[in-house]
Amino acid sequence: MTEPLLEATGVAKTYGAVAALRNASLSVRPGEVHALMGANGAGKSTLVKILTGAIRPNAGRILIRGKEHRVHSPAEARRAGLVSVYQEPALIPDLDVAANLRLTRTPVEPFRQWVRELGVDDLDLRDMARDVPLAVLRILDLARALAIAPDVLLLDEMTAALPANLAEKVLDVVRRQSRAGRSVIFISHRFIEISSLCDRATVLRDGETVGVVDIAPGIEEKIVELMLGAKIEKARAAARRAGKAAKPADARPRLKVRNLSVGNKLHDVSFDLANGEVAGVVALEGQGQDELFAALSGSTPAAEGSIEVDGMPVKFHRPADAIGAGIAYVPGDRAEALLMQQPVRENIALPFSAHWRNWGPIDRRREGERVTRAIERLQIDTRAQREVQRLSGGNQQKVTIARWIAADVRTILCFDPTRGIDVRTKQEIYRLLRELATQGKSILFYTSELEEIQLACDRAIVIFGGRVVDVLPVEIADEAALTRAAYGLPRNAKEDVGILADLPNPPASSS
Amino acid sequence: MTRFITRNGWVLGLLALLALLFVFTKAIQPFYGAGDFGSLARAVLPFAFAVAAQTIVVIAGGIDLSIASMMALTSVTAASMMNGASEEFALLVVPFVLVMGLLLGALNGLLIVVTRVPDIVVTLAMLFVFQGAALLVLEAPGGAAADWLKALITGTVQLPGLPEAITAWVPKALVLLVICLALVWIPLRLSGLDLSLYAIGSNPLAAFRSGVPVARTKILSYALGGLFGAMGGLSLTMSTGIGAPIPGPYLLASVAAVVLGGVALGGGRGGIIGPIVAVIILRLVRTDLTLLAVDPNVTAIIEGTIMVIVVMFGAYIALRGRSS
Repeated sequence: MTEPLLEATGVAKTYGAVAALRNASLSVRPGEVHALMGANGAGKSTLVKILTGAIRPNAGRILIRGKEHRVHSPAEARRAGLVSVYQEPALIPDLDVAANLRLTRTPVEPFRQWVRELGVDDLDLRDMARDVPLAVLRILDLARALAIAPDVLLLDEMTAALPANLAEKVLDVVRRQSRAGRSVIFISHRFIEISSLCDRATVLRDGETVGVVDIAPGIEEKIVELMLGAKIEKARAAARRAGKAAKPADARPRLKVRNLSVGNKLHDVSFDLANGEVAGVVALEGQGQDELFAALSGSTPAAEGSIEVDGMPVKFHRPADAIGAGIAYVPGDRAEALLMQQPVRENIALPFSAHWRNWGPIDRRREGERVTRAIERLQIDTRAQREVQRLSGGNQQKVTIARWIAADVRTILCFDPTRGIDVRTKQEIYRLLRELATQGKSILFYTSELEEIQLACDRAIVIFGGRVVDVLPVEIADEAALTRAAYGLPRNAKEDVGILADLPNPPASSS
Repeated sequence: MTRFITRNGWVLGLLALLALLFVFTKAIQPFYGAGDFGSLARAVLPFAFAVAAQTIVVIAGGIDLSIASMMALTSVTAASMMNGASEEFALLVVPFVLVMGLLLGALNGLLIVVTRVPDIVVTLAMLFVFQGAALLVLEAPGGAAADWLKALITGTVQLPGLPEAITAWVPKALVLLVICLALVWIPLRLSGLDLSLYAIGSNPLAAFRSGVPVARTKILSYALGGLFGAMGGLSLTMSTGIGAPIPGPYLLASVAAVVLGGVALGGGRGGIIGPIVAVIILRLVRTDLTLLAVDPNVTAIIEGTIMVIVVMFGAYIALRGRSS
């Protein structure tokens, strides 16, 4: 067996009391394409940052070519022959491409050659990085890394933002790297790429390396199992039957989304949101869910497609338009929604007083009543009345929801609303969402914690690569099924019954 | 060629505006001549150094509120050291004060990097520290300056082979300014360090990932800002012959010129020439309004209006250029 080119063992990293990595290991052989896999929050990006020197581990050893290395900065990692291409472009936006190359002392001729080989022909080195389209920027990032001939190349979601033709070229180049005896660490959510490209895969779960597998046909199931661990064994006792919310198909939906496209992240998405329904949205990070919610809440205009509210076509230019149509957005990051230095009541009354029609002394009383009712209903702990920022995360999130209850909107878009919230408050939020649904409100609920789907939703819409790939009724939407679907794997047994029967397009295979 | 124009459009526009202003000045004051130009250059000198200091810090993504106090402190230090000393002793005073500015600036940067307190807070605190220190050095305006130093910025440069009519328009103050700027900027350019400054101002994370030592570069930007501040302080002592412990109006003027000069306040964009031209424009506008006998209070209003209009116009042009 050949000596590994890069070997990391026992890597751990804690932030305060939170352990991002507990005991991660990774071993990469020369000339190997090695996949690094794990669910959201498993510690992939932390491990990548440690390997490239962006952050320092609390424990663990990193050997490069058998010698122990302490990499303290990306510059040192680069000197040790380890170069990373991150998810976000690393070119300086205010410098032109040539200056960016000088900044990292990258030789220009090999760079040009790689850029051409990666399928970008019309590059002018004097272009400002700011003016280069995102997909090309990623190619330039990759070419810049390749130009210094690194021993280990680390690609984090390299193909995610690329159109198919460029992605194909990237995969080609990666294959040739490995043939030339160089190693590549490849992070991707796309099983198709991994099975066609990689030799082995290391799987992380909860900050630990739980397995290293050779890539062979049919390995996907094994990998999913490793990513989920014991959870797959968990009884389906928690499964909730879809309530009476699943109305007959002839009822007019609250929200009708058809062929919605946003930028190059969301393509041709169609679904309905019924009255009194909680629809879950499941997706791995960066699959277009941010764009979907942004379009529905009016913060980015949709490029194509239509949105109908109660049968009326609408066009949102700003969030106020969506609110006017009775659609409210609850972000996962409370700081995006609340005025942190203001008291609870002011925060809840904000959308109410934002409308000029409500200005004036008469409505103060009515406003006060509504706010009081909302506070009581949500059991918000108002002891720390003065500033919302003194409330716990859970209570803050309740304030953002209470605001929209007080404003009496009919559709609520929740984007990962339970992020960083204690278990008890989470339960209260699920109960609240269910309660709102029984009152006829419609809720679109994106969550990064898959178990929440069965706790709060009526069905799960799965998005992968910017497309709706599957819609699962809640009975079968356990974590294993959702994980498979979220990675674009087809469902084992298709049960096209119930609300699935009238789906406009059957689950598409990943592309 | 078109690329050169789009790249340097802002500076070219400012130069055109400056030329128009000179024409305007000549129109309202037919006797405006080389002598007046010389005094304009002398008046601009301390402002220009303050602007250079602010520019380099802002490009690197910071802001230096302590610049005027820094100039006051270095100015009184120079003036009190030269008080009653020989002409030769001033040869030591100048490098001493310059190194002092460099170190005080580096201290600014070091505090920001180590304590992680925002730039604006640290430099605001240092504004008061420098101000107090300046009063400790010299309680009231006083001190002295060496004669050769004062001579450095009075009169014009005599170039052999050029007629008097031309050299009369080359004031020493202007030449000194250009030399000082070049002495700092050209080595920066040649070493490639300027790229690092732009990089940390433009996107610190991307810069870090590109291997730029972000903390060190930040300290460097403030140190160079301090060096320019010390030059500004020296120029104050040179032109007045004394040192004054109370800071002049250089802070707001420097920020105004930086904005007008096409440097993005968020960092990463702009150059040194734009703000320098901008500060000359702002001083010349003031001269013109004085010549027109406009109320000084109205002058301030007009200056503010010009700034908003120019920046708005620039943003409009940039938007048009991007969408087309």
